Amino acid sequence: MTELMIDPEPDTPPRGKWSDVWDQFKSHRGALLGMFIFSVIVLGVILGPFLWPYDATFIDIRARNQGPSLAHPMGTDQLGRDTMARMMAGGRTSIAVGMTAMLLALVLGSFIGLVAGFFRRIDGPLMRLTDLFLALPLLPLLLVLVLLFREPLNASFGPELGIFILIVVAIGITSWMPTARIVRGDVLALKEREFVLAARSIGTTNFRLITRHVLPNVMSPIMVSATLGIANAIITESALSFLGLGFPPDFPTWGRLLYDATNYLQQYPERVIWPGAAISLTVLSVNYLGDGLRDALDPRIRGR
Amino acid sequence: MLTYTIRRLILAIPTLLFISLIIFLLLELAPGDPMAQVPLTVPPEVKQQMREALGLGEPTHIRFGKWMWQFLVVEPMHFVDGMLGTGFVEGESRVISWQTRSPVMDIVAQRMPQTLWVVAMSYVVGILIAMPIGIYSAYRQYSVFDQVGTFVTMVGYSVPPFFSGVLVIVIFAVQLGWLPSIYDTTLVVVDWATFKKQFMQMVLPVMVLALQTTAQISRFMRASMLDNLHQDYVRTARAKGLSEWSVVMVHVLRNSMIPVVTVIALGVPYIFGGAIITEQIFKVNGLGQLLITSIQANDLPMVQTVTFMLAVLIVLFNIIADILYGVLDPRIRYD
Repeated sequence: MTELMIDPEPDTPPRGKWSDVWDQFKSHRGALLGMFIFSVIVLGVILGPFLWPYDATFIDIRARNQGPSLAHPMGTDQLGRDTMARMMAGGRTSIAVGMTAMLLALVLGSFIGLVAGFFRRIDGPLMRLTDLFLALPLLPLLLVLVLLFREPLNASFGPELGIFILIVVAIGITSWMPTARIVRGDVLALKEREFVLAARSIGTTNFRLITRHVLPNVMSPIMVSATLGIANAIITESALSFLGLGFPPDFPTWGRLLYDATNYLQQYPERVIWPGAAISLTVLSVNYLGDGLRDALDPRIRGR
Repeated sequence: MLTYTIRRLILAIPTLLFISLIIFLLLELAPGDPMAQVPLTVPPEVKQQMREALGLGEPTHIRFGKWMWQFLVVEPMHFVDGMLGTGFVEGESRVISWQTRSPVMDIVAQRMPQTLWVVAMSYVVGILIAMPIGIYSAYRQYSVFDQVGTFVTMVGYSVPPFFSGVLVIVIFAVQLGWLPSIYDTTLVVVDWATFKKQFMQMVLPVMVLALQTTAQISRFMRASMLDNLHQDYVRTARAKGLSEWSVVMVHVLRNSMIPVVTVIALGVPYIFGGAIITEQIFKVNGLGQLLITSIQANDLPMVQTVTFMLAVLIVLFNIIADILYGVLDPRIRYD
């Protein structure tokens, strides 16, 4: 009489990929701190204006050019507007521009990378297009684009939304190339794998093949380039604002605040510190976040 | 190798032609009118003549062809004429700036030295600082030096030049008063005093640009050294009894330099782009400042020419990086 061999039931549920990723991510202290700081900044600029008593555009001419005090922790500017409120409003715009431009670049880059990697016939032309975009001098072109399309977009969408759309689109269409290249490389390797062949042999259409089998497998490089894309977009927007070609003066962004503060560099040097530190801290935390994410999503490093 | 170089150079020509077409068509959409500054008392037919004198009366493709001819044939020949005293293109018209009504290339030639000095100096300084940092922090991975070095390079990587520039002005020019914040381009170095002055005014812009270069290159250097330090040939070299210095500085460094050199070559055009902002902060009247002012003044031939020159730089240094890769690494064969 032989007993049936029964496999012992595992006590713990199987570990998914994402819990492994999270474990690896947790071990990267800089990345954890970066994520924390970035969340604090994002929450601060979203919720801050609701809690803060002053409005970013409220002018109190009698309280102008004040240093830091209890009522105005970051002081006031030359028109008596509260710098703290302006920083929060500016951060809202800067981070919104960064996120939206990153999303646009990501969608564009992933789409071009997927299509180029998957369909051999259009691979050549699409990659030549990518090389061409990589060879363009981007900052001069961004400046030209902003100058050219500011007026027509202002006329049709209003000065604030118009410049927002313009800057987001301009940054988006000039920063999708690295994502496209990375995604294409990964897709080319994935396409030769057995599970793609298996899916194809049961009659999966190209569209389903891409959305169900290929796209989930290229999510990790896309996520890493997403974090780096935010940092890049925030810096580019601030650079445009700093050169005086960004948002209008009464509509603060961090770059614009820095630009305005440089006029008072001799008298009130502390004014440039706030927006500059905010930009740098955001970019630094996002870069650390991206670094940790890259390590966590790389299966060769994970589990070591 | 030579055939590869020639093939790449030939392939670059259509790319550059296409880029110049894109820039031209983009500028074609520009709303401004170069005649906007002309007084209203000037009769319209005179205005029309002035417009035609600027080459504006003709259709787009003719003007594009004319620009190509002027930029690619007349300007180089003019340069040759100036050098050798010949007269190949005596009567030919050159690319004329709308703003100053003088040839674009003359203005570019005036502005070029300032940019080249600041940019080249900062790149060299940045590389010289970055290499030892990268080498040592890879050699002592996870040491205090490595931790601090990695953090500092990450900060240098994240702080944009328009903040670091303003910050060093606040510290060194406003608070301490050690260095000038404005770059005086009329200064001519003739003796020790003017040399010292020139040196002092170059410190801040070079420092700002070098910070970025250092951050990027030392990160690459560290990663590349780490890749090589645990290879088998390093163990062999140590087993032979070579000194630690020659193992690291000869065997590992030479192999690690291959990707770093290409990164250095690829970074050259971008440092010119970064110089646009730095020049604006320190009021250096170089190429970047020229580009900004001509964009604001709607000086289309100037914008077209300077942007195209930047594109040429990018394409050229891409090719140089690829060729260097093949030269430095004998395992790579392009032919």
